Amino acid sequence: MAYSDKVIDHYSNPRNVGTLDKSKSNVGTGLVGAPECGDVMRLQIEVDENQVITDAKFKTFGCGSAIASSSLATEWLKGKTVDEALAIDNMEIVEELALPPVKIHCSVLAEDAIKSAINDYRVKNGLEPLVEAKAHH
Amino acid sequence: MLKFPIYLDNNATTPMDPRVLEAMLPYFTNHFGNAASRNHPFGWAAEEAVDYAREQIAALINCNPKELIFTSGATESDNLAIKGVFEMYASKGNHIITATTEHKAVLDTCKHIEKLGGQVTYLQVDGEGLINLQELEAAITDKTILISIMYGNNEVGVVQPIREIGAIAKKHGVLFFSDATQAVGKIPVDVEADGIDLMAFSGHKMYGPKGVGALYVRRKNPRVKVTAQMDGGGHERGMRSGTLNVPGIVGLGKACEICRTDMASDTARIIAMRDRLERELLQMEESYLNGNKESRLPHVSNISFKYVEGEGLMMGVKDIAVSSGSACTSASLEPSYVLKAMGMSDDLAHSSLRFGLSRFTTEEEVNYAINHVKEAVTKLRELSPLWEMFKEGIDLDSVEWAEH
Repeated sequence: MAYSDKVIDHYSNPRNVGTLDKSKSNVGTGLVGAPECGDVMRLQIEVDENQVITDAKFKTFGCGSAIASSSLATEWLKGKTVDEALAIDNMEIVEELALPPVKIHCSVLAEDAIKSAINDYRVKNGLEPLVEAKAHH
Repeated sequence: MLKFPIYLDNNATTPMDPRVLEAMLPYFTNHFGNAASRNHPFGWAAEEAVDYAREQIAALINCNPKELIFTSGATESDNLAIKGVFEMYASKGNHIITATTEHKAVLDTCKHIEKLGGQVTYLQVDGEGLINLQELEAAITDKTILISIMYGNNEVGVVQPIREIGAIAKKHGVLFFSDATQAVGKIPVDVEADGIDLMAFSGHKMYGPKGVGALYVRRKNPRVKVTAQMDGGGHERGMRSGTLNVPGIVGLGKACEICRTDMASDTARIIAMRDRLERELLQMEESYLNGNKESRLPHVSNISFKYVEGEGLMMGVKDIAVSSGSACTSASLEPSYVLKAMGMSDDLAHSSLRFGLSRFTTEEEVNYAINHVKEAVTKLRELSPLWEMFKEGIDLDSVEWAEH
């Protein structure tokens, strides 16, 4: 299968690889996927007092498309408010990276990771958990 | 000078040996005759070439040249052997024994047999990919007509105890068919000593052309027959109709001849390179060799690099061509059924790479591959949340994964 140039770029030069301190109350962590499914994404956001995401980091175990989807997600998250981040749809990732149908699940996983990180942040800060989280599959 | 990408996927197919191509060329143009044309020199030349190829092939596997049926490749040979025996021996029984790690050409043919009302026993393999001989013998019933066990496995290279299987088959009067596609030309295969009654193999796995293969069908002790699956002009003693692929057959013959004369020297060189590749890569933390280390083909090594996903890894080793047991390389999104049948967990199966060497592989290429793979694994582990968790001492089995 041939990969798009954007997937190759994110795979070769992944953005925002790393780990944020998950013990901090303004850091939300999402860990989605499973090793036996062949992909696991961990996505973290750091949120300031104005509900703006100031930093985002990821680590992904998976194929090139999964790595690229999560790398792209961190790029998009930075500077967005939490509400804006919630609106990110997996199909936007599919379009941006030109993912083939067999790789759409990578973008779904990235969207799940975003929602899961936001949810973690909300719960840590005494907010209602997202009802929609993990609505996929 | 290294040429990229470096080809290390020789279990999928091999490059054709230039000596094979040279032998084939006249049979496309000058000697284009139909081997079945008995009444003019064009046909005679073609027939003579086919007969010579039969002798070259027979010498490699120690059979009579008349015991070879030419086909389009190993898949067709597998189909012809299993379906052909099932039909031919229907009055004797309808039970076939095979194993879960067989090639899909055998497994799917067996599924077809089940749809036709046949009974199939699928033997499990142990953690190293070997079948259990006691289980095999215990599975034989008075309805058993065929044991179908491959010689060497295409994914992990494990070589089954063929002679012992042959002896068990003989003792119970059951036919023994072996898909020897990965073994013929690579290790000594002797249908007499091994007790094989039918055997499939193909040209393109041993430096010959694609689109040609053979089925060995024993003629004596016992005399074996298969019902044709392709009807027509009655070629190949009525077992496989269709105009013979003369250039392909000439190529298969030449490929077998070279494998026979060069096997000892090729194998020694390939094993030395394979062992070094393996030794170096297994020095990496959390990397594991898949399959039995002793009983196996000389040119293949299947290694899992834990906490790194196989397809992602293949993308990282773009300078070499290898294959992976990862789900993502197949349409099914399921990891390798062979590794799973060996009891391997899905995550390790997802993390495997198969390296296949050939007589054309060089030391320089292997050296490059070693460093290239090491770098890619290291880089991807930096990116892997699982590696980080492992390094922090977290037991990944204790994590509740959000499966999707």
